[in-house]
Amino acid sequence: MRMGFIDRSGAVFLALVGLAALLVPAANLLLPETSALHVPTYAVSLMGKYLAYALLALSLDLVWGYCGILSLGHGAFFALGGYAMGMHLMRQIGPRGVYGHPVLPDFMVFLNWKELPWYWHGFDWFPFAALMVLAVPGLLAFAFGWLAFRSRVTGVYLSIITQAMTFALMLAFFRNDMGLGGNNGLTDFKDLLGFPVQAQGTRVALFVLTALALALGYVVARHMVTSTYGKVLVAIRDAEARTRFLGYRVESFKLVAFTVSAMMAGVAGALYVPQVGIINPSEFSPANSIEAVIWVAVGGRGTLVGAALGAVVVNFSKTWLTGALPELWLFALGALFVVVTLYLPKGIVGTLAGLAARRRTRHAADAGVAPQAAE
Amino acid sequence: MTGLSLTNTQLYLDGVSVTFDGFRALNNLSLAVEAGEMRAVIGPNGAGKTTMMDVITGRTRPDTGDVFFGGMVDLTILDEAEIAALGIGRKFQKPTVFESHTVADNICLALKDERTPFSALFGARNRIARERIDAVLARVRLLDHRSRPAAELSHGQKQWLEIGMLLAQDPKLLLVDEPVAGMTDAETEDTAVLLRDIARDRSVVVVEHDMAFVRALDCKVTVLHEGSVLAEGSIDAVSADERVVEVYLGR
Ligand SMILES: Nc1ncnc2c1ncn2[C@@H]1O[C@H](COP(=O)(O)OP(=O)(O)OP(=O)(O)O)[C@@H](O)[C@H]1O
Ligand SMILES: [Mg+2]
Repeated sequence: MRMGFIDRSGAVFLALVGLAALLVPAANLLLPETSALHVPTYAVSLMGKYLAYALLALSLDLVWGYCGILSLGHGAFFALGGYAMGMHLMRQIGPRGVYGHPVLPDFMVFLNWKELPWYWHGFDWFPFAALMVLAVPGLLAFAFGWLAFRSRVTGVYLSIITQAMTFALMLAFFRNDMGLGGNNGLTDFKDLLGFPVQAQGTRVALFVLTALALALGYVVARHMVTSTYGKVLVAIRDAEARTRFLGYRVESFKLVAFTVSAMMAGVAGALYVPQVGIINPSEFSPANSIEAVIWVAVGGRGTLVGAALGAVVVNFSKTWLTGALPELWLFALGALFVVVTLYLPKGIVGTLAGLAARRRTRHAADAGVAPQAAE
Repeated sequence: MTGLSLTNTQLYLDGVSVTFDGFRALNNLSLAVEAGEMRAVIGPNGAGKTTMMDVITGRTRPDTGDVFFGGMVDLTILDEAEIAALGIGRKFQKPTVFESHTVADNICLALKDERTPFSALFGARNRIARERIDAVLARVRLLDHRSRPAAELSHGQKQWLEIGMLLAQDPKLLLVDEPVAGMTDAETEDTAVLLRDIARDRSVVVVEHDMAFVRALDCKVTVLHEGSVLAEGSIDAVSADERVVEVYLGR
């Protein structure tokens, strides 16, 4: 493996994520509640949620920023990962549900079901659930991508069918007979790997795990985009036909990126669910996927770091604004998107990188001129 | 493949027809190019020159007709990537390079080597020797520009970069669509020299409108008109052909 594929902005990003993983727990666990720097536990989970969104944005940037696949359905992979984790958490409840059934989750008892549907088997075992967090989104993305990329569906048409995919899944998950909790979804979780999900220590640990997952996701994505594979992705994005005539199997390259990306989104969803305490079909809503696209656009498409940053910045603003002026949020999001598209087409990070590059060339030019002037 | 092809034909088209919405872009086109031969293809706008290249490279499927490569391989059932892997490289009419990649990376991506996602992620594709890239860049005179983004190159330099990408592919057959469009006279002359040099050990089919350039290529010329071959022969012979003068040269 090549070393040195992490550039300066990547190093800063990893350092910040690492710092957050150290300081936030410290500020929560070590500082007294009276301290001005104390971070309350609910805020730890809130930040954990932002980091899960950041991982989702990163996964989206891998396909959109580098390969030009504008997925308007990435929320579906996130939600599927979340459901896989939610199913495990449901099974962990055991006989402690409201109805006290030894095996069946409450909603199944309520629906008068007599036994666990086949697809719920195995989810009580954490390693299996963890595997499903990767496998379910991964397999869906593989099947979807195999059909779409082989038939050479691109551009707007591809975006529309990804949107249709998440919409169809939302409708399906709303149905009670899917056996996944219908419109209430999965909730009332008790514990995860023996730790109570509401407990302070568990919440802090989940935050740290999310930060680590984000860092790992970044390293994986960065390795992909800096390898020749990533160069082929960009080649496909810029001139797909040319790439084919060079002998590259464009559909295979897209399929790998799409599948890896979906698995990352699934991990993000799985980390999100225990921190917010619920997963329901609204996570599949098309609007969620579109919001994720806005995060990436705001932060800077094709920069990875920018995508993660955009997710955190936009969601932080959302929390703040929905608290202060709830009616305004959607307008603010729309306005943000318009402003970024018009004035910062490269997003925050892309624009900063552009400025830095220009300053470097100017310095280089100054340095080049100076000796001549001395002559 | 048995390698028992009786002729020395590298590329063989016979009775190829292509129809777009009722319009015959290629009409019973037949053409044979020998191994190691350079061939110029001329003809008025819309004669079907680019469409012929589309058929050879798998972008367009012919309605009827045979297209064979190396005497044995039926190109009409293969896709673009398979055809490229056989050793057919193509330069587009509108220069198409990877604008956001550096000049060196453009060549690197084109170099003959494994092309699977796996090798690109972990394997040989990441260990392409700099010398291989630079050898190609030297040949198309872009060595001094190796670290620049391709988007910054002049039009003529992009044409050369694309020819360099073809060279890097090391194909048996090069299809070159209007390589000197938008070039200065000096660049045009250099391109003729370069292509003749390339044609020493492979087959090259060049489509071009610039007659001075075609003359400089000094090879057999095929004149296309309305999707079929109107005339074939030396540049002097076809220039003297009345029908050619009427439909093309005399415009
Ligand atoms: N995909 C397509 N759909 C419909 N018509 C097409 C298509 N491709 C080519 N044509 C038509 O087929 C005819 C032949 O086009 P082609 O591009 O092969 O001509 P050409 O000889 O390369 O011309 P030029 O010298 O202008 O490049 C033209 O009339 C063109 O409009
Ligand atoms: Mg043409």
